[in-house]
Amino acid sequence: MAAPAQTRSRSPHLKRLEAESIFIMREVAAEFANPVMLYSIGKDSSVMLHLAMKAFYPAKPPFPLLHVDTTWKFREMITFREENVKRLGLKLIVHINEDGVRAGINPFDSGSSVHTQVMKTEGLKQALDKYGFDAAFGGARRDEEKSRAKERIFSFRTAAHGWDPKNQRPELWNLFNARIKKGESIRVFPLSNWTELDIWEYILAEGIPIVPLYFAAKRPVVERDGALIMRDDERMKLLPGEKVEERLVRFRTLGCYPLTGAIESPATTLEEIVAEMFTARTSERQGRVIDHDENASMEKKKREGYF
Amino acid sequence: MRPDELRTYLAKQHGKSLLRFLTCGSVDDGKSTLIGRLLHDTKVIFEDQLKTLEKDSRKHGTTGENIDFALLLDGLEAERQQGITIDVAYRFFATEKRKFIVADTPGHEQYTRNMATGASNSDLAIILLDARKGVLTQTRRHAYICALLGIRHVVLAVNKLDLGDAEAKDVFEAWDEQFRAFASKLGFASIVSIPMSALRGDNVIAQSQVFDWYRGPTLLAHLETVDIESDRRARSFRMPVQWVNRPNLDFRGFAGTIASGLVRAGDPVVVASSGRTSVVSRIVTMDGDLAEAGAGDAVTLTLKDEVDISRGDVLAPPNARPEVADQFAAHLLWMAEEELLPGRQYLIKIGTKTVPASVTELKHKVDVNSLEHLAAKTLQLNEVGFCNFSTTAPFAFDPYGESREGGGFIVIDRFTNGTVGAGMIEFGLRRATNVHLQAIDVNKSARASMKGQKPVILWFTGLSGSGKSTIANIVERKLHDLRHHTYILDGDNVRHGLNRDLGFTDANRVENIRRVAEAAKLFVDAGMIVLVSFISPFRSERRTARELVEAGEFLEVFIDTPIEVCMTRDPKGLYKRAKAGEIKNFTGIDSPYEVPEKPEIHVRTVDITPEDAADQIVARLRSAGVIP
Ligand SMILES: Nc1nc2c(ncn2[C@@H]2O[C@H](COP(=O)(O)OP(=O)(O)OP(=O)(O)O)[C@@H](O)[C@H]2O)c(=O)[nH]1
Ligand SMILES: [Mg+2]
Repeated sequence: MAAPAQTRSRSPHLKRLEAESIFIMREVAAEFANPVMLYSIGKDSSVMLHLAMKAFYPAKPPFPLLHVDTTWKFREMITFREENVKRLGLKLIVHINEDGVRAGINPFDSGSSVHTQVMKTEGLKQALDKYGFDAAFGGARRDEEKSRAKERIFSFRTAAHGWDPKNQRPELWNLFNARIKKGESIRVFPLSNWTELDIWEYILAEGIPIVPLYFAAKRPVVERDGALIMRDDERMKLLPGEKVEERLVRFRTLGCYPLTGAIESPATTLEEIVAEMFTARTSERQGRVIDHDENASMEKKKREGYF
Repeated sequence: MRPDELRTYLAKQHGKSLLRFLTCGSVDDGKSTLIGRLLHDTKVIFEDQLKTLEKDSRKHGTTGENIDFALLLDGLEAERQQGITIDVAYRFFATEKRKFIVADTPGHEQYTRNMATGASNSDLAIILLDARKGVLTQTRRHAYICALLGIRHVVLAVNKLDLGDAEAKDVFEAWDEQFRAFASKLGFASIVSIPMSALRGDNVIAQSQVFDWYRGPTLLAHLETVDIESDRRARSFRMPVQWVNRPNLDFRGFAGTIASGLVRAGDPVVVASSGRTSVVSRIVTMDGDLAEAGAGDAVTLTLKDEVDISRGDVLAPPNARPEVADQFAAHLLWMAEEELLPGRQYLIKIGTKTVPASVTELKHKVDVNSLEHLAAKTLQLNEVGFCNFSTTAPFAFDPYGESREGGGFIVIDRFTNGTVGAGMIEFGLRRATNVHLQAIDVNKSARASMKGQKPVILWFTGLSGSGKSTIANIVERKLHDLRHHTYILDGDNVRHGLNRDLGFTDANRVENIRRVAEAAKLFVDAGMIVLVSFISPFRSERRTARELVEAGEFLEVFIDTPIEVCMTRDPKGLYKRAKAGEIKNFTGIDSPYEVPEKPEIHVRTVDITPEDAADQIVARLRSAGVIP
């Protein structure tokens, strides 16, 4: 998956972004007692992890990775997760909200917002409480969504994990205030100032491994509510009139397979993906079913403890 | 796009510079609308986002049938409902010539701190005016804060020129002149005024057809070409150490981002605060060792010698060192509802160093309208003052005017942990020349603030054998571990000295408690946390003690253990003797214990260990703001 030599160098812009992210990660390692890096297996996580390897080289990142597994991720994501963590020699914690599993929560019957709330948000809060993490890195970017664009790099959370967007700490220069009381925590976003295009250019320049689902291939998809959903396993029941088709598709973002729309694309290399970015007419969030649920849904979820 | 086109594109990215700018000015002048326009017209808005915008405009819009571009920026629910910006939004866009990071900041005075947040990393400010209103107090305040934060380039956007009856050209020229008269005192390197309608897009990207009398650049043309590189003077090497990298016994690296200058393998360096010198042996990165690294690079340095270096130290060339001092003068923007208290201890964070500090003298505050210096005792929310600071330990810095990284600091409240101030160091003060080390009175709050705590009496009351002394001792030990200054008064250390002359008659008992309370009060005045542990069965004597000190300084701690439990514990065999009639007036047996009605802290000891009880008390002290 290595890129050709002529594209394999970081522009000054990417170098600047890289250095900023590394600075943020080192601040966290130095100031917090028990940080963790949220690892969601997607392209942003891959970049974040790569930056963490750089930040602490030759040491390993001084914190574990945490994957909150909803049990509905694409199978290829889980395979990739295991390989990647092994390749890098890192410690990974996988947390599943067992209460949710017992209650039979799933994206089809429970609806995307209940599924996300229980399996992702609640699962995340459980894991953070269980291990007593006082800082958690997330790979969110400000260009993803308009309430993200408002969030600090060090985003303060109450002991109940809530975000208060109206009362954020001022954040001047690169001086991050890491002081918290017991039980409170900080969500840290080292990729805040990256755009989707920056992410892809960086993956290209650095040859960072990513889940193969980002590349076009013939995959079994079902058209449902205007989205192309890949039928990753038997748990997805077909509705009357639906049929599974083999189509040449790829994904711009990855999440729970029933909630992630594929796009039709012939792009099978990183170059082709980046090139396709320039002709994209819709945002990457278009493919995420959960964001359309209700108005201002991201901000609401974040106030409740979502990343 | 074809592969060869992609290669051309990627090659072009290498030549692009970055401009960080913000929009500011008074509330409703059109800042968010302008940035929304800019994003829209530079085509960074995707189709689905545009659809959402149209839907949002119908629901929350302030522009009738038209698209409300401000809604692209005002992403918080509260912002949409109130139609104002509350917090800064960061957005990104690029043109053929440059990349841009824009911070759209709120105009409302209440949220000035968020404007300062956006300004702190910007190279240029777009200050907007509503053509119908002109230069307002908030316009001046923002211009002043921009100057203070070191922004050198300003665009005055005279907006909403599509409205109003007066001749647009006259209005534009009048406000331009008025603003320049004010801003000339602020020392900006460039001020460019542009007549605009953000709503219609006049002079934003496209030259206005209506304001055809204007011959200057459009906003975007100016942003693409304004020269900010020449502001960046060559400066000496500085690297604040962030993290010491020790993967194994053979490697000891100092990780940090180079704040300024250049460093090469083989360069001599000095640890600014200790004066210890060494030589750079390697510049380590995961991509291989570098021969040299410059400002902005995140690297890990190894040195030739074993030098004691930790986080917060600054590495510099031995012949061009930063200043090292424990006193300095700085401009301070106050950002908290709670006013600045000179003499109170805060934390300041500068570079990677966090150090306790207090304002020893507030020299003046600044009237943002006239820029006059006014005498002041304190700074309120959004006020700017000039102060002397004193820190508990010397640290390295450069004046802010020379280096944002070297001289900018934030002030953190030790109790709330909030970021309450932003400071810019003007110059260091040497002890010898600074005779006003203590411009403030040494009083209770000064003493307490030096100890980083609120002075209080913790009055432990409860039956004999209830666990008062045991728990008080553990609480004291815990507070001590947290580096707080404490003292315990109990029967043992008081009856044997101060109250040696007192027996156990009723009058003597009252006098005993009175003296204990008075002694506790002196300790409170000394800034201490005093733990008093006496049975003190009577409400009236506890009330007397309470009334000796100020409200909030007396915390009654009821150690609630049922008498049956105390009797079975009976560590000194006293209950047995009292029941046998050997001791008279024994509390709980033949003398009453008046249960506290509203103790500040109520600890039920049954089922918990003394350690747990002490934890409960310490937690309460934290929530009551006695300790941070
Ligand atoms: N006629 C006219 N109206 C404008 C123009 N620019 C902005 N407005 C309107 O002015 C109102 C306020 O615009 P905003 O962009 O929200 O103002 P703001 O400066 O961002 O306000 P705060 O961020 O809350 O300080 C909105 O109703 C805009 O549509 C303009 O050039 N002409
Ligand atoms: Mg606004």
